[in-house]
Amino acid sequence: MKVYVPADAAARALGSDDVAAAVQAEATRRGLDLTLVRNGSRGMVWLEPLVEVERDGVRLAYGPATAADVAAILDGTSAKALGPTDDLPWMKKQTRLTFARVGLIDPLDMAHYRAEGGLVGLERALALPPTEIVQAVIDSGLRGRGGAGFPTGIKWKTVAEAKADQKYIVCNADEGDSGTFADRMLMEGDPFHLIEGMIIAGIAVGATRGYVYIRSEYPDAIRVMRAAVGIGRKAGLLGPSVLGSAYAFDMEIRVGAGAYVCGEETSLLNSLEGKRGVVRAKPPLPALEGFLGKPTVVNNVISLATVPVIFEKGAAFYRDFGLGRSRGTIPLQIAGNVRHGGLFEVAFGMGLGEIVNDIGGGTASGRPVKAVQVGGPLGAYFPSSLFDTPTCYESFASAEGLIGHAGIVVFDDTADMLKQARFAMEFCAIESCGKCTPCRIGAVRGVETIDRIARGDTAAIPLLTDLCNTMKAGSLCALGGFTPYPVMSALTHFPDDFARAKEAAE
Amino acid sequence: MPVADVLEPHARQTLDDILRAHAADEGPLLPILHDIQAAFGHVPQAVVPVIVEALNLGKAEVHGVISFYHDFRAEPAGRSVVKLCRAEACQAMGGDHLAHHAERKLGVGFHETRADGKVTLEPVYCLGLCACAPAAMVNGRLVGRLDEAAVDRIATEVLA
Repeated sequence: MKVYVPADAAARALGSDDVAAAVQAEATRRGLDLTLVRNGSRGMVWLEPLVEVERDGVRLAYGPATAADVAAILDGTSAKALGPTDDLPWMKKQTRLTFARVGLIDPLDMAHYRAEGGLVGLERALALPPTEIVQAVIDSGLRGRGGAGFPTGIKWKTVAEAKADQKYIVCNADEGDSGTFADRMLMEGDPFHLIEGMIIAGIAVGATRGYVYIRSEYPDAIRVMRAAVGIGRKAGLLGPSVLGSAYAFDMEIRVGAGAYVCGEETSLLNSLEGKRGVVRAKPPLPALEGFLGKPTVVNNVISLATVPVIFEKGAAFYRDFGLGRSRGTIPLQIAGNVRHGGLFEVAFGMGLGEIVNDIGGGTASGRPVKAVQVGGPLGAYFPSSLFDTPTCYESFASAEGLIGHAGIVVFDDTADMLKQARFAMEFCAIESCGKCTPCRIGAVRGVETIDRIARGDTAAIPLLTDLCNTMKAGSLCALGGFTPYPVMSALTHFPDDFARAKEAAE
Repeated sequence: MPVADVLEPHARQTLDDILRAHAADEGPLLPILHDIQAAFGHVPQAVVPVIVEALNLGKAEVHGVISFYHDFRAEPAGRSVVKLCRAEACQAMGGDHLAHHAERKLGVGFHETRADGKVTLEPVYCLGLCACAPAAMVNGRLVGRLDEAAVDRIATEVLA
């Protein structure tokens, strides 16, 4: 008998360790021949801890489980039974490519990884000349999943064509945006997949060293990734000869130190070099002068973890999913005040309203949805009147927003949008690296100006708009440049929240 | 508390071991500082001149790095550390209200340590538990779907 109890951080935060201990204890008490697997999460966080029992090759789901449910779950009589996991609507509606194995396998079991299609992509890539690897990534249409949406293959081509004695692959795992947890789930649930993607990147561009920069707020992901790198070295996946080939590649896990701005690629590189996480002016591009001044690929976790899929299934297969210039799939993270929160991987193009209402099931509080923030603290707040916006880079940009890392945070009608706008400015002021004036000073003035509006001074509204334009046009990176998105969207779509204070003052 | 300018011999040995372990690293300063904080509970001022010497950096440069990052503490934390997420997804689930409740129950404000040293309360901007908000980390243990009762249990635990 095989029982799966997730060790994903969200599952653990909801008590999965207690459930796992209860499974072990009950098995011992009954003298059962039971294998307990601590898998990643299937992404249905509202059902966590989600226990799965494998019977006749079918995985049956039970959740949300507590230690008290364990005996009945093992008997097959639990009221928490949900049926076969693969038949649950949440699973059936998805196209799980990047997250195919997350929640399915034991994250640190290399044999299990291989049995579920792991390393097929790398083996195919190893048979290709590096220029063809780069071309396949270009052909797949993959764009940076960290938020910027820059074509991954083009970035790789720049690094591949640069001449240098040493090049680097740097994985940006500084997933600091509220509402996002895809990187965390992938690293905790399928770490070899990310390693495989980084190796393919290394071979493609001629880099032999890689770093994963993980934020310190993710201790579980750090632990799993470090263990996976160790196992990868022993298995000959990492080291002087990747899977017996002529290519060398090795990598290291590095830990951030609580600075949000280090999610910006140049600031991340400075941090990795042991400096203050201050943004660098571009050019030079990191592709030409990156880590320690050497040509460097900086890619997000999801971008790199999608690369093996492109080689396993083919560039055309991947490109055939999606909408317009947004090709492939996007792991949506549905969060905040939502009934069914979690990770949902789907082809680009699904409408925002469908995600919030049909997939997410509306608010957790049962109250009407007021606003949805997409793309983290730098993303716009969308009112329900914009719920027909399809998820793709271009339509979000034309709606004065961004898709970012595809985190979707739902707020009910108790949210005060002036307060949310103020928080955006305050967060920018706290986290600004200080290099450029529009961000460093602008964010502080932004908080003050919003406070004036809150006191009923409507003359400050045009001032706020003007300030936002300055920050947008004059900031060096996305922190100062995109903070206007949540602020201006709150002001534009929810003007009543900015006028209410005036009424109170009169 | 007087500021120790020079490390005790035992502490100096620990620091030298840490510096040696990272001698071959590319960009070793952050890993070194993390190890120092793990060993001493904070980053004491007295380590700065030693790091300066070992890495051939300026004093201002090392101080600048230590002060830039939220993680590095100048003073030891309380016996327990409670980190409460204050970011948007947790705000959407009543995180602000819960934060005030936590301040009252723990008897300490954010960024502060209680006078009796029992607990330090810190804000954290996202633990990646946004689909089971509000979330907290109590001495390294994650807690999701927090409510007032859960905060009360945490307070009882850390103030015992």
